[in-house]
Amino acid sequence: MATKIKARKKGNATEILVLVQHPMETGNRKDKKTKKLIPANFIQTMIFSVNGKTVADASLGIGVSKNPLVGIRVKNAKSGDKINVSWKDNMGKTGSAKTTVK
Amino acid sequence: MKRRTFLKGTVATSALAVAAGAGLLRSGQALAAGWPTAAFAATDLAAASKAVFGSKGAVSKDIKIKAPLQAENGAVVPIKISTALPDVKSIAIFVAKNPRPLATKVDFSGGAEGFYTTRVKMGKTSDVFAYVNSGGKILKNSAMIKVTVGGCGG
Repeated sequence: MATKIKARKKGNATEILVLVQHPMETGNRKDKKTKKLIPANFIQTMIFSVNGKTVADASLGIGVSKNPLVGIRVKNAKSGDKINVSWKDNMGKTGSAKTTVK
Repeated sequence: MKRRTFLKGTVATSALAVAAGAGLLRSGQALAAGWPTAAFAATDLAAASKAVFGSKGAVSKDIKIKAPLQAENGAVVPIKISTALPDVKSIAIFVAKNPRPLATKVDFSGGAEGFYTTRVKMGKTSDVFAYVNSGGKILKNSAMIKVTVGGCGG
């Protein structure tokens, strides 16, 4: 499951956008062929850090769309600052991505 | 006598089945550290917002919600929350008429602006609420989004 991260300047702030390929299954949908419920499978936590320090800790539920896009803005980020995001889903699967502020 | 044993047997089996069902449900939403299970399980806006913030919140026009007035596809509705309120500790997004209103919540630990964006699922036309914890004060604002085709699947 690919995780993409992008950081771009927005005035004095730097916007961090994260896109993860993930089904975000609610657990309420049925498989059309087998008529069985598809088990819930969704990202629960997403943690953003700048130079190793956590700046935002997001909790996600089944109400977030498939292939979730999540964005925050940080103040006073400098060129060369290292930005990292890591996520974990309800099945224990994890992913991460990093980038550097230009 | 036979009937009694039979009944006992069925009661025991169905109890087991119920227990197994509950177990399955729980394993489907394994606990993550810090993930607010009760808030995400709440089935109405009042209960969900109370579980997250312990308050119904006061309306503030200083919270801006950027979202389409009308969403053709309820499966993917982009929402952008921004606020110039001071000391923003957390932001949460609720879709009032979804079966589970709380979509997502973010906690900031210094260095972040009062800004949060994501895409949410909407089952039908509903108010979308943005809650902000600004220095301990719970404030909210909402926007009505019309949905042509619901996005919770069936």
